[in-house]
Amino acid sequence: MSMFRTLLAVLAIAISSPSWAVQPDEILDDPVLESRARDISAGLRCLVCRNESIDESNADLARDMRLLVRERLVEGDSNEDAVAYIVDRYGEYVLLRPTTEGANIILWVAAPVMFLIALGSAMIYLRRRGRAPEADKSGLSPEEKRRLQELLKE
Amino acid sequence: MIVELGHFALILAFAVALAQAAIPLIGAHKGWRDWMLVANPMASVQFGLVAFSYAALTYAFLVSDFSVKLVVDNSHTLKPLIYKISGVWGNHEGSLLLWVLILTLFGASAAWFGGNLPASLQARVLAVQSAITAAFMAFTIFTSNPFTRLAFPPFDGTDLNPLLQDPGLAFHPPFLYLGYVGLSMAFSFAVAALIEGRVDAAWGRWVRPWTLAAWVFLTIGIATGSWWAYYELGWGGFWFWDPVENASLMPWLFAAALLHSAIVVEKRETLKSWTILLAILGFGFSLMGTFIVRSGLLTSVHAFAMDPERGVFILMILAAFMGGALTLFAIRAPVLEAKGVFATVSRESALVINNVLLAVSSFVVFIGTMWPLVAEMLFDRVLSVGPPFFNMAFTPFMVALAMVLPIGAMLPWKRGNLARTMRPLWGLAVFSVAMGALTWTLQTGHSTLVPIGLALGLWVVLGSVIDIWTRTGRGDWRARLGRITRLPRADWGKSTAHAGMGITVFAVAALVGWESEDIRVVQIGETYHYGGYDLTLTSVDRVEGPNYVSTMASIEARRDGRFIANLQPEKRFYPIAGMPTTEAAIDYRVTRDLYLTLGDPQDNGGWAVRSYIKPFANWLWFGCFLMALGGVFSLSDRRYRVAAGAGKTRTDAVPAE
Repeated sequence: MSMFRTLLAVLAIAISSPSWAVQPDEILDDPVLESRARDISAGLRCLVCRNESIDESNADLARDMRLLVRERLVEGDSNEDAVAYIVDRYGEYVLLRPTTEGANIILWVAAPVMFLIALGSAMIYLRRRGRAPEADKSGLSPEEKRRLQELLKE
Repeated sequence: MIVELGHFALILAFAVALAQAAIPLIGAHKGWRDWMLVANPMASVQFGLVAFSYAALTYAFLVSDFSVKLVVDNSHTLKPLIYKISGVWGNHEGSLLLWVLILTLFGASAAWFGGNLPASLQARVLAVQSAITAAFMAFTIFTSNPFTRLAFPPFDGTDLNPLLQDPGLAFHPPFLYLGYVGLSMAFSFAVAALIEGRVDAAWGRWVRPWTLAAWVFLTIGIATGSWWAYYELGWGGFWFWDPVENASLMPWLFAAALLHSAIVVEKRETLKSWTILLAILGFGFSLMGTFIVRSGLLTSVHAFAMDPERGVFILMILAAFMGGALTLFAIRAPVLEAKGVFATVSRESALVINNVLLAVSSFVVFIGTMWPLVAEMLFDRVLSVGPPFFNMAFTPFMVALAMVLPIGAMLPWKRGNLARTMRPLWGLAVFSVAMGALTWTLQTGHSTLVPIGLALGLWVVLGSVIDIWTRTGRGDWRARLGRITRLPRADWGKSTAHAGMGITVFAVAALVGWESEDIRVVQIGETYHYGGYDLTLTSVDRVEGPNYVSTMASIEARRDGRFIANLQPEKRFYPIAGMPTTEAAIDYRVTRDLYLTLGDPQDNGGWAVRSYIKPFANWLWFGCFLMALGGVFSLSDRRYRVAAGAGKTRTDAVPAE
């Protein structure tokens, strides 16, 4: 029961609390804008860090970029506009989620295509295995029969 | 002097390794028994020499011998003892020596416990293993010598990277290496079998314990690494899709696929060539991981040895072993004819689906990790592939895997009936979906992540319970309860590991979907309310550690006036390394972690404090622990212990194929 209550409490927080920015003084007053800013910054890479989004990073540059994102949003940019603005300034490198433009389409379709190929070959293999000639009526090859004998002796 | 002896021992071991890579192979080819058997003592000698060499390096760290360059770069007299020991592998050269030590340990184990193998197979396995060892020894000795002396030793060292001075990370690399290197045994067995031209049930049985062991170590290594990231990096992330993390995930997925397909080889003598290919590629991805970490080609948080020259050396090792093994595979695979016949609906097919999903998901990780490199070289585009891509591309395969797992686990071998297998599972399927739906209606957000995670988690966990319960046969529940303890350990291993997977799936979904965060400026003495807790910042003190200074806050957590915990998040500064770290304070509970970190002092005298509620965080590591435990259960199964006599007589009688 207490676990259920905790579950509800956790749910309540997840619903009620707005998202907060990384530094207290960066947070925008408008919670809707702020939450949009958080979403955007989670998808932008910190340029000087190894592999962190600007939302997670403590670097000064990341802070500048966070402030820039918020500035754009306050000025009325849509999420796409704000991201486009950042990409214009810092390049495609900042996008943690690669675009689907140009050769990147290979990256995006690679997984489904590979899956279909693998599934297709597996199906063909399974079909063939299913139809492979059985050794004799018992379905056991002589080898398997011998091994069965051996196992029964054990 | 001891350091020099360590260096000589390594060079001597290299000579032994070269001999061991050649003599037993010739012996096995010509049928000279004593040439084959010489591999056994050689493997032990190699291990002894490298162990001595490693001990010598550890000794240099323990006594802070600052005439050794590696000790200067990675140690300090004030460093706590445990990090003097772990400092040995907290750097490129030392970790490479540990890698070599583990290679020889596995080689020696194959000599000690491989008495039941046919002599020619064992000789070939040991030779291949020794060839790998020799390559890495050459790498160590010629490019990354850990024993280099300094002509003018400094007074003290420059300390180990403070992020690495942590108990979680101290034990993360050895486990990971045990896993990576453990896969070299599967590789050696695969290549040896290809040279022999024979893969049978016995081979499946021999190779499986090694794969299981490697997989268990990898699981523990990855889990400790992820746990470390969770509490050390300061915002409670547990997986970043960092190239180095991916480098460990790919072999893990391959090892998981391999240990499942090896069951098919063992029980049904089919999927032989596929299993061999998995064994080769699994180790290939281990090498790839080493290459990624050590070449610095892909930037990541872990890269401690960014040196292109070393990268080239590893690439050569990778090319030589993969190229050789795959060529051999192409020549020999056609002779590995499958025996067992099975219907489309059967356990065999389910395991094929398992392998398809695991292999393709591994491929997804691979292409995502490598794409920035490909895009830059071929299309002149500098871009990133980050978590959003991996989450989108990888998750569907894990969902599919969890969906088919309980059904596949219960399908009978050879020929199954889907309706019959589903009969005990229908109720569970309905229940899981209903619980997921209930969760979805309870949360007002429109995230489907946790409901799906919960439904899948329940489906897999309870599915494993039903699986093992069904194994007890029919009859009175008391009689079945009596029988359940006597089931083979492999059955317990299977159910435990599968349940662990289900718990992990749920925990990841809950943690990602439900975590919440609060950041604010708090004055000393101020109480703030967050997540049902009253948190009071009682003090912020300056504390001196052995080799760092710390700013430590004390935050008292109360719930409805009841004392919960006094949490002390810290900001540390390591003056010698010149690096700051954050130390989160975490109150671990069953259903949630309360996670606090201390930020910077503010102009108005307050402190920035970040608080997080991390729901079900512990379940994630617990799930991983169960997976590893399941592997250990399977590993201790009777058939791997008694396979000895049975295996020998059997294989001697098998006609040459």
